[in-house]
Amino acid sequence: MSQVQSDYVSKNAAKLKPSGIRKFFDLASQMDNVISLGVGEPDFVTPWNVCEAGYASLENGYTAYTPNAGLLNLRQEISSYLKEQFALSYSAETEIICTVGASQAIDLAFRSILDAGDEVIIVEPGFVAYSPAVTLAGGTPVPLETVEEDEFKLTPEKLKSAITERTKAVLICFPSNPTGATMTEDELKDVAKVIEDHDLLVLSDEIYAELTYDQPHYSIARIPGMRERTILISGFSKAFAMTGWRLGYVTGPEEILKVMLTIHQYTMMCAPTIAQHGALEALRNGREDLERMKRSYRQRRNFIVKSFNRMGLSCRMPGGAFYAFPSIQSTGMTSDEFAEKLLHEERVAVVPGHVFGEGGEGYVRCSYATSLESLQEAVKRIERFVDKYASN
Amino acid sequence: MNEKEIEILEILEDNARIPLEVLADMVDLPVEEVEKSILSLEEQDIILNYSSVINWDKAAGKDGVVAMIDVKVTPKRDVGFDDVAERIYRFPEVKTVYLMSGAYDLSVQIEGKTMKEVAFFVSNKLSTLDSVLSTTTHFLLKKYKHDGVIFEPEQKDKRIVVSP
Repeated sequence: MSQVQSDYVSKNAAKLKPSGIRKFFDLASQMDNVISLGVGEPDFVTPWNVCEAGYASLENGYTAYTPNAGLLNLRQEISSYLKEQFALSYSAETEIICTVGASQAIDLAFRSILDAGDEVIIVEPGFVAYSPAVTLAGGTPVPLETVEEDEFKLTPEKLKSAITERTKAVLICFPSNPTGATMTEDELKDVAKVIEDHDLLVLSDEIYAELTYDQPHYSIARIPGMRERTILISGFSKAFAMTGWRLGYVTGPEEILKVMLTIHQYTMMCAPTIAQHGALEALRNGREDLERMKRSYRQRRNFIVKSFNRMGLSCRMPGGAFYAFPSIQSTGMTSDEFAEKLLHEERVAVVPGHVFGEGGEGYVRCSYATSLESLQEAVKRIERFVDKYASN
Repeated sequence: MNEKEIEILEILEDNARIPLEVLADMVDLPVEEVEKSILSLEEQDIILNYSSVINWDKAAGKDGVVAMIDVKVTPKRDVGFDDVAERIYRFPEVKTVYLMSGAYDLSVQIEGKTMKEVAFFVSNKLSTLDSVLSTTTHFLLKKYKHDGVIFEPEQKDKRIVVSP
């Protein structure tokens, strides 16, 4: 870019660095015969009844805008879904907004609550978009690393240590991308107490809530006193295999949602109409498909995690999402080296852990949302790779 | 039947050639236990057979025709349809026999080398059985999906290689 042009770039926007994932995407897409464990989305295509609902909405001429917050019947369906599945109570009229993926909900949430200098504690290793979203909203992201000794959970002591006078909110995401960590009711209650004591908000990204394998998901918003300080973000991408439809939603206290709706109204108008019709069908008739996909993820999780441990890469059994996060420290390589060499020598793409925060160094993220046949082949290749460097 | 056994059956129904070790990992049980479980399921005739789904249209050198025949029969006292069903399924060219509700009684699937061979079977063996009242033969033209398997799948993973 010429000097003149770069002078025009916003100083705030220029602070953003391209995601470390990009590099691996570029490398891997140029190679043949690559097995990718780097994909952060389901390997299932959207269930057919949902696709049919999308077609039907087009055939019936639903090609116009919907209300800003989304179709009322969809919001009603989301409201009863949250009640049935997670014992949460949100008003369809005033406390739910349909968004363009959970990503837009994250952006909306930060823009609605942050002023210059406000700090947001971001629990890491975590999804790559949180900190940039805080920066763009004028706030200051404060990464807080969780560690394997705590099973990558957030502890009250850790949280306390990161709080300053400027802290306004904490972002948590359990089940976690990339660690797969989950938190129990009791663990969340301990954290909630700190949040309440310091009068903070919490943004809870629960996009993987449906994908928990050992115990049911518990939302922090269920804890007495937390509902009024929680902005809950979720969507259809992961549980219903609808990533490309771009449909998420956000729920929270009415006063904050009002502000979010105003921003949404000016910047997005509404979430895609066709996707909203698809989502309606997913909520009404999608449970069986969801359970089938979940069963398959759980089986593949068991296989890949046990395989990693057998080949000497220590790996916790993640409670949710579809990622294994094995430690590669026994190989003596950095996570970047490991990922790059593995890609070049064995054609398996994984994502180095440091991409998700400094605390991810020493780990790689392996998505098991890939066919069992590919996972079996990937395990063979990784084992050969690990053996080769262990004997050196 | 416990949950794990059902899970094992579901996985095997989908892929009978899955390595035992992988299957054991998936259901989170020791290999020996899964092995024992499968053996017992076989002994109980719950697992009857391990077969493959083959697209014969693509396999050069073997031609054949498949026909589905709707058969109306008179059930017999005491044994109902079972007796005549058995007399039909004992023919080796008969691949499946189902008792159906609706316009006819038995749905019979036949495989033969040629249409003539199938026609011969229907006219000389099937129609001549005492209890058989009538037959309607439909020849199969093309298989799109069989036992949950799509015959010409679009296999390409359409996702981008690496994503957050």
